[in-house]
Amino acid sequence: MYDNPIQEARRQVEICNACRYCEGYCSVFPTITSARAFSDGDITHLANLCHNCRGCYYACQYTDPHEFDLNLPKALAEVRHDSWKQNAWPVGFSALFDRAGVLIAGLSVLVATVLFYAIANFDIGGGDGFYAYITHSVLVVIFAPVFLLPLFALGISLRSYWHTAGGGAIRLSDLRAAFTSAAQMKNLQGGHGDGCNFEAEDAFTPWRRWFHHFTLYGFLLCFASTLSGTVLHYVFDLQAPYGPFSLPKLLGVPGGIALCIGTLGLGYLKTKADPNLGAPRVWGGEMAFLVLLFGVSATGLALYSATGSALVSVLLPLHLGLVFVFFILTPYSKMAHGFYRMASLIQEAALRRAREQ
Amino acid sequence: MENSEYDIVVIGGGNAALCAAITARRTGAKVLVLEAAPKPYRGGNSRHTRNFRCMHDGPLGVLSDTYDVDEYYEDLLKVTKGQTDEALAKMTIETSAECYPWMEEQGIRFQPSLSGTLSLGRTNAFFLGGGKALVNALYRTAENLGADIRYEAHVDHLERDGNQIAQVRATIAGMEQVFKPRAVIAASGGFQADIDWLARAWGPAAKNFLIRGTPYNRGVVLKDLLDQEVESVGDPTQCHAVAIDGRAPKYDGGIVTRLDCVPFSVVVNKDAERFYDEGEDVWPKRYAIWGRLVAAEKDQVAYAIIDSRSIDLFMPSVFPPIQAETIEGLGQQLGLNTNALRATIDGFNAGCQEGEFKPIELDGLATSGVTPAKTNWARPIVEPPFYAYELRPGVTFTYLGLKVDETAQVQSADGAIENLWAAGEIMAGSILGQGYLAGFGMTIGTVFGRLAGKGAAEYVR
Repeated sequence: MYDNPIQEARRQVEICNACRYCEGYCSVFPTITSARAFSDGDITHLANLCHNCRGCYYACQYTDPHEFDLNLPKALAEVRHDSWKQNAWPVGFSALFDRAGVLIAGLSVLVATVLFYAIANFDIGGGDGFYAYITHSVLVVIFAPVFLLPLFALGISLRSYWHTAGGGAIRLSDLRAAFTSAAQMKNLQGGHGDGCNFEAEDAFTPWRRWFHHFTLYGFLLCFASTLSGTVLHYVFDLQAPYGPFSLPKLLGVPGGIALCIGTLGLGYLKTKADPNLGAPRVWGGEMAFLVLLFGVSATGLALYSATGSALVSVLLPLHLGLVFVFFILTPYSKMAHGFYRMASLIQEAALRRAREQ
Repeated sequence: MENSEYDIVVIGGGNAALCAAITARRTGAKVLVLEAAPKPYRGGNSRHTRNFRCMHDGPLGVLSDTYDVDEYYEDLLKVTKGQTDEALAKMTIETSAECYPWMEEQGIRFQPSLSGTLSLGRTNAFFLGGGKALVNALYRTAENLGADIRYEAHVDHLERDGNQIAQVRATIAGMEQVFKPRAVIAASGGFQADIDWLARAWGPAAKNFLIRGTPYNRGVVLKDLLDQEVESVGDPTQCHAVAIDGRAPKYDGGIVTRLDCVPFSVVVNKDAERFYDEGEDVWPKRYAIWGRLVAAEKDQVAYAIIDSRSIDLFMPSVFPPIQAETIEGLGQQLGLNTNALRATIDGFNAGCQEGEFKPIELDGLATSGVTPAKTNWARPIVEPPFYAYELRPGVTFTYLGLKVDETAQVQSADGAIENLWAAGEIMAGSILGQGYLAGFGMTIGTVFGRLAGKGAAEYVR
């Protein structure tokens, strides 16, 4: 047993490589069995490839109280979170990962309050619908950098991660394979299609995969909704508010509902699952992230249903505050996992291609 | 405290026991499973397994081609050298085909053979996740059906009254309990974890054996029944032992302690002398005899020595090899006489001949003028760093068991015990009297577990 997470994960991975019983569960094990020695970068790659489905833990003959004391989902989760922290940019922000839970809550309230205050006191509105409270230009001035800066930060982080994990040249087919895997959440299917172990110990259930689908596709629909609104605004000079059968609403309403269902479901499962099979120290941060994402979607839906009423004056700043915090924290919160996961899936596809050649 | 609440008591908690419990419970019988291990260690040796050998006429699930009764039976004859019961063996083999879909119905999932086990792809169906995943699925199914499970339930005695088992005495969580079920299924494994018993049967050398599987198979029920004149089968002195990493835990080291390096090694004993042809045949055909070979050497230990050219030719073991830049340095770390080791290696190297080294086939690259000869893969040990693995015998299972008929009913000199069935390792000696056939233990367990469950359920109905 080592204190250093990478050393501890390596100790466990080497035992796995001598056993190989879990080869069918996910992408992690075929990668392990193709090697004999594991560099720090290899371990980091495996850690980010692990979807924490926990199949290997419940199937393991060597878990506590056995003296080998294997808990691979936890060992890899520890390395995974460390790798995000180490690659976060700017470097000083990396500590946010550890304190994200408290920070998210704090910043949300703060920002919403400030916006609320600004709107109430400076009368910067000047349009229809919610533009009556806050103009389009003000929104763009605030949210364009809030959207673009985190993406820029993530880009730098991913470049550093790719270097750390030993990623090499990739092809278009690797991207295709990686996006297909992510789109299907193949690694949460357990290899047999029954699903993964999470909230019901060794029972395989489809719920985590389904709720993740709701969250992922819900988020993408909401994102598409925002994008379509931007296009309508700038290209077609059609301005909000949009009617119920407009593209932003047709994408945004189902997206928001799906995102609510997904985040509620994932949060519920998280309360049922054994925290000791992940990285317990980030449990709070991950939960806060789900709450934030739920808040974004729920206030978005509420805002739509409150159109024209006085509630908009409360809901709008709240919603904008939550969106603001969500974007700003993207490189430092659980949201970053999607980007690192994609990087590891792409690297994995390239490695598999090399193995099969 | 007396308990007559259950129709059937199943003793044991591995594959055979649970197949029996599930089958009986599906008929509506009230079933209690008494598992000696605590929950994290439940499942006996089944938790260490990874596949079962399955007959099939044509592709079946993950199994390719055909593996028919005749070929399967021939494979069994080869390893047992005839120490089998033909009728029971053929019945087991024929029934194995229907076990595959049945096991899937119980939640067990299969996968194609694991990397490094391609030779078993046609004959053995691998459990996705291995034996513990199988055990988990069976417990979940048994519990969902309403079978009761007690962990840390040690059965001490089955009271035989004529041709009946009248009661089952057990200690559960320190409390003595007496069960009076109408039928009993004994599926509590062999006696390999009772080192004293092994030492009495095999000789004092057995004290140095490692036990690859569960420490809970102590043969208590087996001995108790044999003491009450139940008929036995199998050689009481023999156990199946393979050479494993000598640094493995005393119990429960399982699969990761195996070492596949012998064919590429020079293997020496405590006196730094070679004692057997390391390259006699490919490893899957030879690993089973090395347990015995090492058991016959001083202190039941041997050392496999390779050089840097061979380190990547076999599956990694759980422990890193001992490593040194010189043979003398290696000998020192192993506690061997360094001069003697040097002499053995030099003698071996001098006997190696020119020729092509082919690691995955019999290459005929043999020594000349060395005793004992190494008849394949004889390549000199010259390229540092040098590596060594300590070898010790690792016991997998014992052969002594209860004699059963084709319905899994236990036999005595006065005929069948009317309400007692047996399944799994406790009766496997009836069919596998000698040797070892990969995945056959799980086949016997599943076939006889189901038979025992069916027989007991029909009896209590």
